[in-house]
Amino acid sequence: MTPAHIVILPIVLPLLAGAGLLLIDERRRALKGSLAAGTVMVLLLVAMQLVRIADTAADITTYRLGNWDTSFGIVLVLDRLSALMVLLTAVLAVAALVFAMARWHRGGSHFHSILLFLLVGLNGAFLTGDLFNLFVFLEVLLAASYGLVLHGSGRLRVRAGLHYIAINVAGAALLLIGISLLYGVTGTLNIADLIVRVSALSGTDRALANAGAGILGIALLLKAGMWPLCFWLVPAYSAAAAPVGAIFAVMTKLGVYTVLRLWLPLFGAQALPWAPLGGNWLLLGGAVTLVYGIVGVLSAQRLSQLASYSVLVSSGTLLAVVATGQTAGIAGALFYLVSSTLGISTLFLLIELLERGRDPTADLLAITRESLPGEEDDADDDVDEEVGIVIPGSLAFLGMAFAGSALLLAGLPPLSGFLGKVAILHGLFGADSSLDGVAIDRARWIILTLLLLSGLVTVIAGSRIGVRTLWGEFDRNVPDVSPFEIAPITLLVVLCVGLTLSAGPVLRYMEETAALLQAPATYVEGVLGSSPDPEGLRLP
Amino acid sequence: MEVILALAIGILAGAGVWLMLRPRTFEVILGMSFVSYAVNLFIFSMGRLRVNAAPVLDPGRTADPASYADPLPQALVLTAIVIGFATTALFLVVLLAARGWTGTDHVDGTEGGE
Repeated sequence: MTPAHIVILPIVLPLLAGAGLLLIDERRRALKGSLAAGTVMVLLLVAMQLVRIADTAADITTYRLGNWDTSFGIVLVLDRLSALMVLLTAVLAVAALVFAMARWHRGGSHFHSILLFLLVGLNGAFLTGDLFNLFVFLEVLLAASYGLVLHGSGRLRVRAGLHYIAINVAGAALLLIGISLLYGVTGTLNIADLIVRVSALSGTDRALANAGAGILGIALLLKAGMWPLCFWLVPAYSAAAAPVGAIFAVMTKLGVYTVLRLWLPLFGAQALPWAPLGGNWLLLGGAVTLVYGIVGVLSAQRLSQLASYSVLVSSGTLLAVVATGQTAGIAGALFYLVSSTLGISTLFLLIELLERGRDPTADLLAITRESLPGEEDDADDDVDEEVGIVIPGSLAFLGMAFAGSALLLAGLPPLSGFLGKVAILHGLFGADSSLDGVAIDRARWIILTLLLLSGLVTVIAGSRIGVRTLWGEFDRNVPDVSPFEIAPITLLVVLCVGLTLSAGPVLRYMEETAALLQAPATYVEGVLGSSPDPEGLRLP
Repeated sequence: MEVILALAIGILAGAGVWLMLRPRTFEVILGMSFVSYAVNLFIFSMGRLRVNAAPVLDPGRTADPASYADPLPQALVLTAIVIGFATTALFLVVLLAARGWTGTDHVDGTEGGE
């Protein structure tokens, strides 16, 4: 195998492994789990190698499927952004699969295969350079996610799954209309080719392309969870099983990724001689999503709701910052994307451990209790008896991990969430705005206010739920935590610490990524300039 | 021909959207099917409507692109149809599961005010 073929490995490897696992008897879960975990660990190594290739290569790397010329065939495109997203997905997949080996893989059949197929869809969507291919991979990942939402079964999951499928099928219809409109106007589906041809459009064709892009945008922002397209997200995510929620954390980021990949070079401010499409709407949508997420976080009565609304906060932040179209801000947003995804994923893994063995209504009661008078007196009476209480080891670990993920999401030092937010704000305020001064200025202040507010609100909600959950009545039920559950949580938190320590090189990578996104010419040249390799089809 | 096709797409999409907003799961799935028919016809029409033009190259005819229809939208439609079928089948399974769990075919799992 030549090194060039490594680009397609993140798609082929989980596909083959997932199909192979179908053949193994469902009762041999330990074997299936180990094979799946082994596969994603190989995938993680591949993804690291991809990041290295993308980082060292002078331009982007393309992989022509079937060695067809780019104007006829489908290409996979590896650049810094797609390599980063594939790596992030692989990390979450490792965490989710190892976590599931403790008990969740017993919740239903073919868990490992479905999760691997989800990875096929995610990696494919990140790597593809073709619009229709993006639709196909999105459908692959959605079909797998339908299975995962229902994993564990139960009335709540089936009901949430029903809504989730319905909204995504409708979204797929919109996606197809948008893609085919763009094809009808430009005659191409290749994203690089599209960038060239869209900027040359005029008259009614331009209006049609705008309409197509708008419809496409609605379908993709539905995936990103932009308000008012986000009401499906909280029920589906909070009903999902813990490892499923952990991997779903990256799915909304796919929507953000497509905005970065398509909207920025195609319709961003730099790209076109005519007025950019939807920049203000994206900013407004991101800001309102952020507000909605903040209100949701504050009103969350269960940890799973807190985690789901945090997904919306993260999405809203990213969309709003991307909408400003400033390179330095986008670099910070990418850093924030990685750190918040890891934090949300950790939180999703923790939920079930913390709530294990608890009365499901305990949190609700705890919050209602806050407003009732008289409780304070009881608490004072108990103080003498509770001096020197022993905190069980597992509880101490869970508490530390919860505090870590809450710090990540709130954006407080010393973890990487803080650096992400600082990088965003520094990027927005430090850069000289060559764009429309007034609009950018207003956008900056809106983002600054909401970003800081979201941090404050996350601290309030996180500490309230954390205190009630962790310092509540645990004497009767100390959660039973297995090493398989501790390891992935530790992995994610340690990664965030690593992200903090090596913030310099990581931010440098993000800045180069953002710079590449702002220079669509490099992307176009990298994809269209590559001609078929006559040696390519010969087997080694 | 354009008017007929546009009307057909419009009616299918309108009926589909109306059905998708209905409270019964079976109506929702019928609505989804209608919408996907409309979308498939729409994709097909994006290759421009042509009569007497094959999408596949014919050795007996001249190699003039003007005498052939655009084959790409037709290939896209095939893919979209297959994916639509699979999703509909999956949705049917979930629909039956929801019916089993909740005892009702209402999309919210309860009959509301009853």
